[in-house]
Amino acid sequence: MTNSSTDDFRPTANWSNLRLRADMLRRLREFFDSRGFLEVETPILSADTVIDRHLDPFYTAIPPFPLGEGPGRTAISPLPLGEGPGVRANGSGQWPVISGQSEATSGKSPAPDPQPPVPRLWLQTSPEFHMKRMLADGAGAIYQVARVFRQDELGPLHNPEFTLVEWYQPGDGLDEGMKLTGELCEAMLERGPAERMSYREAFERYVGLDPHTADVAALTAAVEKCGIQPPATLAREDRDGWLDLLMVERVQPHLGFERPVLLFDYPASQAALARVRPDDPPVAERFELFVAGVELANGYHELLDPDELRMRNSRTNAQRVADGKPPLPEENRLLAAMRSGLPSSVGVALGFDRLVMLAAGANNIAEVMAFPFDRA
Amino acid sequence: MANYSTSDFRKGLKVQLDGDPYIMFECNFVKPGKGQALYKCKLRNLLRGTVLDRTYKSGDSLEAAEIEEIQAQFLYRQQNQFVFMENETYEQYELSAEQVDDAWKYLKEGMSCDIVLYNNHPISMTPPNHVVLRVEYCEPGAKGNTATNVSKPCKVDTGAEFPCPAFVNIGDLVRIDTRTGAYIERVKE
Repeated sequence: MTNSSTDDFRPTANWSNLRLRADMLRRLREFFDSRGFLEVETPILSADTVIDRHLDPFYTAIPPFPLGEGPGRTAISPLPLGEGPGVRANGSGQWPVISGQSEATSGKSPAPDPQPPVPRLWLQTSPEFHMKRMLADGAGAIYQVARVFRQDELGPLHNPEFTLVEWYQPGDGLDEGMKLTGELCEAMLERGPAERMSYREAFERYVGLDPHTADVAALTAAVEKCGIQPPATLAREDRDGWLDLLMVERVQPHLGFERPVLLFDYPASQAALARVRPDDPPVAERFELFVAGVELANGYHELLDPDELRMRNSRTNAQRVADGKPPLPEENRLLAAMRSGLPSSVGVALGFDRLVMLAAGANNIAEVMAFPFDRA
Repeated sequence: MANYSTSDFRKGLKVQLDGDPYIMFECNFVKPGKGQALYKCKLRNLLRGTVLDRTYKSGDSLEAAEIEEIQAQFLYRQQNQFVFMENETYEQYELSAEQVDDAWKYLKEGMSCDIVLYNNHPISMTPPNHVVLRVEYCEPGAKGNTATNVSKPCKVDTGAEFPCPAFVNIGDLVRIDTRTGAYIERVKE
């Protein structure tokens, strides 16, 4: 036992790892700067949030100062200092309503709401929405080193607050996106050029089935045959849940040991914000980078169609509700950006802490961040 | 009955599973980036010592086991029963030789131990980390030999034997680490 009560002010990472981290950050910026990417910064706290079935954003209920007029928002006069969360706005002031949160007030003339919804701002799970809004405004190639936040993600490879490197290259397709991701990996980790493997090939090789055509019975049979104890609450019809289980238990542990692996063409049901290519069966133009069994980056040939996004948002919210999670606001400014026209592009997000872990030979993310969650 | 949800999962959690108390001694969080978060746990049965591998998904929950830890003095041994008395309530608890396991080697009258109760029944006990025992028998030590790297078996007043340095004599008091059974030092009366 360490005397944690007196010593927990110290960083968990040693100084050699923190110096390595700083050095890698510098090299990473050089990599993008030398390729003509513009470094950008976007808000951490936003009225919008990405809707993912399995990502839960933190939020803050602090009443914000006026957000101005916008979809679903009402301008309010600044709240006097001292009014905190849960304190009712008085006078003519209304709580700024965040779309999707209060059905009661939308579409009606402002009637006094007995229980005004506490305004919510979301801590971003990725800088995706804002960076795409920049793309729609003609930004060109951009990258960002962003702090992002995800609830309930804590483990050897996870910290609820972490550093995500995200970049967008307009004009690129899946192939070019994978090429650049592989080059970045080689430049940062020096583990050779990445090898490409489709999601299907990986499942055929390590599980012995076709993930696009296998039915749930075949997937559950494979889980049983592998001796995996599935969660008792995993619904039988949750096909992606079974695929994820096989992925985590039987596929991912093999990926990226000899060389980094770029896994591509994910099941269409796992497209998230990637476009779906109408093959037979259709596949998501999405890829992930794995090094030594660690998932390092996720890339999309970005979805451009706002109607398709709306459809996916409401489908994802329905899944969240079925999972017992709260739905997330479906209206957001990304939709407006997409309606105005998003250039065709590839977007990739890479876990910077994990990149440092791999370079340092660390087994726990706490070895490469100064103050992880339990010391933050 | 309290429940633990997956966000409470951590090493050392005591839970009720299939009618038995278990301690979670390993808990690994794994999550494919866009996929389902999974908690791969190893649990040890607190009554039988058997080990279970279980995978839970985010949002699952487990019932908390009715586990309490108390401080109790060792009173006496009666054949295969070890009798303890809780320091505060004077409540007496009996543990079997099986439940006491190797800890009998350290038990002296009046010694304060930690006892784990499950539904108010004792299921295991832990002696203090360090105990002082009197050497009742050992081979005579060479005079002046203070080397600690040569050891000999010494029988102590609990009836157990521990390896001690050659200079230890009959009648000496020795401090033993109960977690390893290792000799630490000689103690003055």
